[in-house]
Amino acid sequence: MKKKNSKILRTLFLSTLYLSTFTFGGGYVIVSLMKKDFVDARHWIDEEEMLDLVAIAQSAPGAIAVNGAIVVGYKLAGILGAFVAIFGTVIPPFVIISILSVCYQAFRSNLLVARMLEGMQAGVGAVIASVTFGMGCSVIKEKDVISVLVLILSFLLACSGEINIVWIILGCGILGVIRTMLERKVRK
Amino acid sequence: MIYIQLFLSFLQVGLFSFGGGYAALPLIQSQIVDAHRWLDVKEFTDLITLSQMTPGPIAINSATFVGIKVAGVPGALAATLGNILPSCIIVTAIAKLYLKYRKLDLLQGVLKSLRPAVVALIASAGVSILKNAFLEAGSVLSVTGINIPLFVIFLICLILLCWKKWNPIIVMLLAGILNVIFCYVK
Repeated sequence: MKKKNSKILRTLFLSTLYLSTFTFGGGYVIVSLMKKDFVDARHWIDEEEMLDLVAIAQSAPGAIAVNGAIVVGYKLAGILGAFVAIFGTVIPPFVIISILSVCYQAFRSNLLVARMLEGMQAGVGAVIASVTFGMGCSVIKEKDVISVLVLILSFLLACSGEINIVWIILGCGILGVIRTMLERKVRK
Repeated sequence: MIYIQLFLSFLQVGLFSFGGGYAALPLIQSQIVDAHRWLDVKEFTDLITLSQMTPGPIAINSATFVGIKVAGVPGALAATLGNILPSCIIVTAIAKLYLKYRKLDLLQGVLKSLRPAVVALIASAGVSILKNAFLEAGSVLSVTGINIPLFVIFLICLILLCWKKWNPIIVMLLAGILNVIFCYVK
């Protein structure tokens, strides 16, 4: 049993390390690759349970890739498994950004690089605009009046800069608890 | 002490960013740009660019980048640790409860009503980045104060992303190259 456990931990570490190094495109991608690895290839977790684990990773606060690593690690090998999976997930971005930030300080003053980065600011703005546009549309499509009101109100509050955005998030979280409780009552 | 400040700032980012991906953006901005001024908006946008082009979650990338800039590698460790600590505790607790009871509906109900707010917060972070990119320093919102080449690049990128569904990394590289070309043509 002990030997099997250490094999699981090693595989967990190498697998999360590999996925974290080569996955561009955010948490959702990495979580679906984890599913491919642990459910489809190794059969360590069954499909339905994995869907719920992914739901946990997405609903808890924090980066989805990190959360995904924690749930999968915890499910496979308890707390130790969770730690091993976190290390595997965090080491690659930590090392890569550490190296790049040194280069960044050196290159930022170069005129060509400065122009390039200036243009990329407009590009980043466009990426964020298209992301919010897509997400905003899917909120509006639900035709839920409260959601649309929350959307507009939060945007105005956040842009005014008068209020710490943590309060907006906490307020909406409490609203969510109340709504879910009410819906439960109605169903009963 | 700077390490504790970094740790606590990124603890808040980790604790309150719901929904993954860009959801951490407005929180990171409010902590490192508005509250502590560790980066200005321009550096913050560069950081997002770097995050987009490298693997790993934006929050981890930011913690490493800001930590190193402010207090070297130990700073980066403090910030990263702060960022993942809430996840470690909350996710393990939920996973434990789930493996026991197999019910998640309250959690998902909460997430559902958080989503419109998260979208709004990401949008507001986008607005401040665009304001910084388009407006010359200190100018008020007017047609003459707008940086026209960058605005044109923004529109081109938006079309490529929304209608042509291009990969964001390629679109961003293109934006950088276009700006270099614009500057030399002028």
